[in-house]
Amino acid sequence: MTFQIELVSPEAITYQGEADMVITRTVGGGDIAFQPGHVPFIGVLSVWSVDVVRPDGGRDTFAVHRGFVQVAGTKISILSDVSEAAGDIDVERARVAKAGAESALSADKDDVEAVGALARADVRLTVAGAEG
Amino acid sequence: MAGGRERVLRRRIGSVQNTKKITRAMELIAATRVVKAQQRARAARPYAEQITAVIENLAAGGAEVDHPLLRRAEKVERVGVIVISSDRGLAGPYNSSVIKAAERQVQNARSEGADYSLIVIGKKARDYFGFRKYAIESFTMGISDNPTYEDARRIADEVSAMFSEGRIDRVELAYTEFISLGSQKVATRRFLPLESTETIATEGSGDADLSGAFEFEPSPEAVLESLLPRYVEARLFGALLDSAASEHASRQRAMKAATDNAEELITKLSREMNQARQDAITTEIMEIVSGAEALGSDNEPEEPAPVGAEH
Repeated sequence: MTFQIELVSPEAITYQGEADMVITRTVGGGDIAFQPGHVPFIGVLSVWSVDVVRPDGGRDTFAVHRGFVQVAGTKISILSDVSEAAGDIDVERARVAKAGAESALSADKDDVEAVGALARADVRLTVAGAEG
Repeated sequence: MAGGRERVLRRRIGSVQNTKKITRAMELIAATRVVKAQQRARAARPYAEQITAVIENLAAGGAEVDHPLLRRAEKVERVGVIVISSDRGLAGPYNSSVIKAAERQVQNARSEGADYSLIVIGKKARDYFGFRKYAIESFTMGISDNPTYEDARRIADEVSAMFSEGRIDRVELAYTEFISLGSQKVATRRFLPLESTETIATEGSGDADLSGAFEFEPSPEAVLESLLPRYVEARLFGALLDSAASEHASRQRAMKAATDNAEELITKLSREMNQARQDAITTEIMEIVSGAEALGSDNEPEEPAPVGAEH
């Protein structure tokens, strides 16, 4: 048994496919993996990655920046403003963003925007497989 | 002089022909844009539907929170009016009808004894309200014919913030609903406060899976709290996309009418011009004939000059 997975952004459905397992992280709940037959579930996503394990054993990884996950029956939908496939991430840009956020943080430790920017850049780099 | 009339007409035909070229080009551009805009509106629908579905599931799970976006003011002191118009004209009645709808909302607010805040999208509405000395709270341009989610989010956040801080107590949204290529309708919707989650749920698409009780993480209330702002953004985004598609459809229709008109005008003017030319030729022949006759009668008063009855 597999899942139908859909990554939905406000502009379009960005990814659609079958999955054996989906791994992500929710706010307050930590990492969570869904397998077919999971109880119906709605969660708020952290700035983190979504790992889709395809039935053929391959993996598709996405960076998501806030959003929701809804699991109902054999369907799992991920609603997110920003979801980027590993291949689409601009590593250079993420590195620059990370450096920028770090320097902003060293000047002002409570800069909320910089904390967010740093988290996003980190996730992008992790997902793209280019550890910062 | 008879030739003058012909020249004037010829010049007018030339200018109408140029106008026709322009309107035809605009019609074709609008036609391709409307298709793209329609596709974008369609592509954006799943997100809006799924967000509504999540709210349905939350409502079924009994989550109800005291969210600022649900706040119902006891006395409405200031009404926000969002109006989505276009930056450019030549789109038939598209702008004027949506602007009228927004103006009506402002008047409603006034008759209730409330003040108003105009949140204007698109140059045309700004020109209209600016000229009539309405106070414009915020103005955005350059997004209406191809809106992105980022634009929608910025405006929605701004309006939500104004609402949450209590600077406005109600928000109305005037935009143009895209029903089909041939039919668009001006719509005015209550934008904020949001209906209770139950109402959203019953008005929703109904594709939520209500079979099982959902688990919520971190909690139903927390999910709802971060969901409602997204819902507001998605609604505004949907309205922007609909308006963009409507704008292009209206422009296409207006430009098609203009092109047809130009064609008709060219036919009419050509006829007039031909007649003027014919008249001029006739007059000229008459002059020649009578001139020849006058000369002939001077010398030999025999036959008239052998000129054919040419026309």
